[in-house]
Amino acid sequence: MSSSTVDPTLHPTTAAPAPGEPRSLRDAAVRWWADVKGGELGALPILIGMVIIVVVFQSQNDNFLTAGNFLNLVIQAAGIMTIAMGVVFVLLLGEIDLSVGFVSGVGGAIAALLTLPGGNWEFAGLPAIAVVLVVGLLIGTLNGLLFTKVGIPSFVVTLAGLLAWNGAVLVLIGDQGTVVIQSQTIIDLANGFISAAASWVLVAVGIGGYALNQLARRRTRTSKGLPVDPVSLLALRIGVLAVALIAAVWVMNEDRGVPYVVLMLAVLFVVGSWVLTRSRFGRHVMAIGGNIEAARRAGIPVDRVRIACFAIASMMATLGGVVLASRLTSVDTGAGGGTILLYSIAAAVIGGTSLFGGRGSIRAAVLGAIVIASIDNGLGLLGLASGTKFIITGLVLLAAVTVDSVARRNLAGSGRG
Amino acid sequence: MADAPERPPGSAAPVAPDATGAPAPAAGGAPAPAPGGSPFGGEPLLELRGVSKSFGAVQALYRVDLAVHAGEVLALVGDNGAGKSTLIKSIAGIHSIDEGEIRFAGKPVSIGGPKDAAQLGIEVVYQDLALADNLDVVQNMFLGREETSGPLRGLDETDMEQRARETLAGLSVTTIRSVRQTVAGLSGGQRQSVAVAKAVMWNSKVVILDEPTAALGVAQTRQVLDLVRRLAEKGLGVILISHNLHDVFEVADSVSVLRLGQDVARFTVADTTQAAVVEAITAGALDTVPGQLQEVSA
Ligand SMILES: Nc1ncnc2c1ncn2[C@@H]1O[C@H](COP(=O)(O)OP(=O)(O)O)[C@@H](O)[C@H]1O
Ligand SMILES: [Mg+2]
Repeated sequence: MSSSTVDPTLHPTTAAPAPGEPRSLRDAAVRWWADVKGGELGALPILIGMVIIVVVFQSQNDNFLTAGNFLNLVIQAAGIMTIAMGVVFVLLLGEIDLSVGFVSGVGGAIAALLTLPGGNWEFAGLPAIAVVLVVGLLIGTLNGLLFTKVGIPSFVVTLAGLLAWNGAVLVLIGDQGTVVIQSQTIIDLANGFISAAASWVLVAVGIGGYALNQLARRRTRTSKGLPVDPVSLLALRIGVLAVALIAAVWVMNEDRGVPYVVLMLAVLFVVGSWVLTRSRFGRHVMAIGGNIEAARRAGIPVDRVRIACFAIASMMATLGGVVLASRLTSVDTGAGGGTILLYSIAAAVIGGTSLFGGRGSIRAAVLGAIVIASIDNGLGLLGLASGTKFIITGLVLLAAVTVDSVARRNLAGSGRG
Repeated sequence: MADAPERPPGSAAPVAPDATGAPAPAAGGAPAPAPGGSPFGGEPLLELRGVSKSFGAVQALYRVDLAVHAGEVLALVGDNGAGKSTLIKSIAGIHSIDEGEIRFAGKPVSIGGPKDAAQLGIEVVYQDLALADNLDVVQNMFLGREETSGPLRGLDETDMEQRARETLAGLSVTTIRSVRQTVAGLSGGQRQSVAVAKAVMWNSKVVILDEPTAALGVAQTRQVLDLVRRLAEKGLGVILISHNLHDVFEVADSVSVLRLGQDVARFTVADTTQAAVVEAITAGALDTVPGQLQEVSA
């Protein structure tokens, strides 16, 4: 890649990967490796990182790989993961949202207060969550309007939000200091488990749905005379998904079971990924992050799309706040503070979302949150103090951003950037 | 691309059945001149009358007139900062004009945004190409006009891919390895081809190209110029902005000269010389009194 000075497309040779789609598994592997060398790393760095994390922690403490700890880790990751999924939308624009931490605190506080028995409202769990989501939507829309219509940089708008919503949490929780969550529905989100039978049905639905989707797409492409991936590659993809899903669910069922929050995350993952990759809105988000001027000239309603992204980020933050509150079964004046903001943004970035915009996915938020929770959890098992945890998490974030920057440079160097 | 059934992979020199080969310098002289001096009589497809535009204190355009007919290649030339890019952005609806009139097919139109221009059949290939590097060829070609299908209105990728392949094949663009590779990985000429293909895919009636060959080598310039000729032969009106008078004289039928925001001269290529055009670019009479501009070629 680096030594070629002649435009390979003008002089196709047998050495270069064949044009068009891969013809065999082997061909696909060759192309994938060429992409990696060219800087299209995909999920590779994070998978390598996960292996290192597992090996290091398991060698230090036998408890790391137990079913019980895996489940703890997943529940620990859930809140950050939810928030990070929303953050991805803002990062894809090349913008930032620093308010998601305390907006999640506001979400948790409102959910706790609305459901207090004997309080003024006494909402049931689900309606309370609906109210929380509407609040998130409004907060994010406000951020988006200030950013697009008034022209304040997103960094500043959301920095102000960081302060203001921290204040709002203090005001909401007020003198009580701590509000214990009384709604069983909300508590069950992170502490309730679906039956093993139901979990296996859902696994079957998931794998079957993915396989049908892949086959249907292949059939349409074939019918229109477009090139398709080899069947073996298709089978490999479906196989990897099946093995991963079955393993994860089996391990969780070995312990307490699959928590409701995992089901929620699975739905968010599917819906979010569909929106980003299969809807016009998602395509426009990507285009704005890649070249906002091109998006504008293509007639894309740039401001509306950007406001929507901020709205999604805040909405997901409030939902994440409910998840965090559910895990602790209470909300206190510190809700939304601490490491939540930085871990959420770091999760999206470690998973492969570029801070420069235009590159990222919902999958990135999922993988990144698991990495961060693993480090947090593993270092906790080793009995290390918070200081050490933060230093190590910081170094991992730095490594992830370095990989992103170097990959971008390689893309540019190989004439792909 | 290369897997398109009717086209062997990596086939060399792009030769379209209707290509004119390499036209002699006086290519524009081919159509018989219509009465009145212009080779294209009748109603202009796109016409600007007295268009002005200022950015604060900078008067970028002052009472500019311009007309392009169906099947005509109109070259728009002028020094850096003459206002060429501003003019086409006004036509494309990116800038609103301060005064004057834009007429399309004989009727005055108001173009409030890129969508309005596209609705009329006006497509622009911008100087900076306006491609999103992180998106692939198909995604760029359909940007802002994505096709959807199904109950969820999801993107219809197969349909878009098929149409993109057909358009590229129709333009004899054979050097792009896969329409599913990101634009970041394309060479300058390939990016230019994608930008042009993006513009001609929509049954467009007028295609405007801003400096399409500025960044290209000899062979790639050749391809783009052939492409420009083919568009005109299909009956489109083409406005070509270029610094290279050799290119202009090779493909254009007529030339409009902008100088400091004013249109100072109009030529019919068959009836003029490069020296006369250079003279107009550098020293064309600036005239702030409307109505005094003369049709030089008349
Ligand atoms: N967005 C803008 N804001 C302010 N001035 C502009 C803007 N766009 C162009 N101009 C000015 O208008 C004049 C014409 O520029 P332009 O149309 O880009 O010229 P050309 O394309 O012929 O080189 C220049 O003086 C330029 O500085
Ligand atoms: Mg220009």
